[in-house]
Amino acid sequence: MTPPPSPSTDRVLSRPEGMQGFVADWSSDQQAFKKVPWGKTMMWIFLVSDTFIFGVFLISYMNVRMSTTEPWPNSSEVFALTLFGHSIPLVLIAIMTFILISSSGTMAMAVNFGYRKDRVTTFVLLLITALLGASFVGMQVFEWSKLILEEGVRPWGNPMGAAQFGSTFFMITGFHGTHVSIGVIFLIIVAIKVLRGDLDHERPGFLTGRKGNYEIVEIMGLYWHFVDLVWVFIFAFFYLW
Amino acid sequence: MAHAQGQQHPIGIYLKIWGLLFVLSAASYAVDYFQFQGYLRWFLIITFMLLKAGLIVAVFMHMVWERLALVYAILVPPLLLLVLLGIGALEADYTFLTRGTNFGASSPPAPPH
Repeated sequence: MTPPPSPSTDRVLSRPEGMQGFVADWSSDQQAFKKVPWGKTMMWIFLVSDTFIFGVFLISYMNVRMSTTEPWPNSSEVFALTLFGHSIPLVLIAIMTFILISSSGTMAMAVNFGYRKDRVTTFVLLLITALLGASFVGMQVFEWSKLILEEGVRPWGNPMGAAQFGSTFFMITGFHGTHVSIGVIFLIIVAIKVLRGDLDHERPGFLTGRKGNYEIVEIMGLYWHFVDLVWVFIFAFFYLW
Repeated sequence: MAHAQGQQHPIGIYLKIWGLLFVLSAASYAVDYFQFQGYLRWFLIITFMLLKAGLIVAVFMHMVWERLALVYAILVPPLLLLVLLGIGALEADYTFLTRGTNFGASSPPAPPH
């Protein structure tokens, strides 16, 4: 039994062929990602491309670490801090990890309260997320300055061993720190929009004529969780390995 | 309908995942603190890393609630990085070998051609 052709099948069958068909198919507003807002698709596409950037960074780090004949500096000792008279390995990095995970938690809650149209709670949660992100960057600044000024680590060499340690460290954590900093700015902008009620009243944004709504909080959240996700890999491969 | 209002889920699930991420982070920090070495260390580091990454992507980034068309478009392309990983490892082994042969202090000099 063949069902009668529906109007949509009919339209597909009568589409132009050849070059005309190529142009028609690519320009006909066909939608692959159903039920997903436009901005969210775009954010995901950006995040996939960013995955490749960090992936390539981490793979090049693996490559130089495997191919060097000099010993690799022991990250457990390099990043140790002396607190209350005891040297605790990696303690700053552990604190930074917990801070970033907490900021991911508050971000997820902000998205949730945003969709409930709870304006003030969403704003507060976004602000806490931004503050946690800013403190993460602050600790990274401390870590970098300690490494540069006290340990004498440079992109071209260091006293502890393989010269590639410095170049990969500054490149990978620097790029990640840049992402966190941009995220903090992004968070503050979204938080202000939420507090002003731009999203409730569907006011168009600064760069776009589209009406504002709480989807932008979720899209912001995707970026922020991605930054946390990248840190999970950096923590495992650079600090723990 | 849930989707008309975007991703709306009970708040409890976020709190549970948050707690779980804390536990997993503490566990991966413990790997370093107690100085596990060798294959056990690598196995634990990678296990905790993948569990954390999976939880973040699945729940915080709402991947378990998205349609498969989007899920595959996001998760399949990064698998290509595994190819680059393999090429990188092969190349690194070769570089290490030639460095050992030509610049190594303890190894005998390369035979004349």
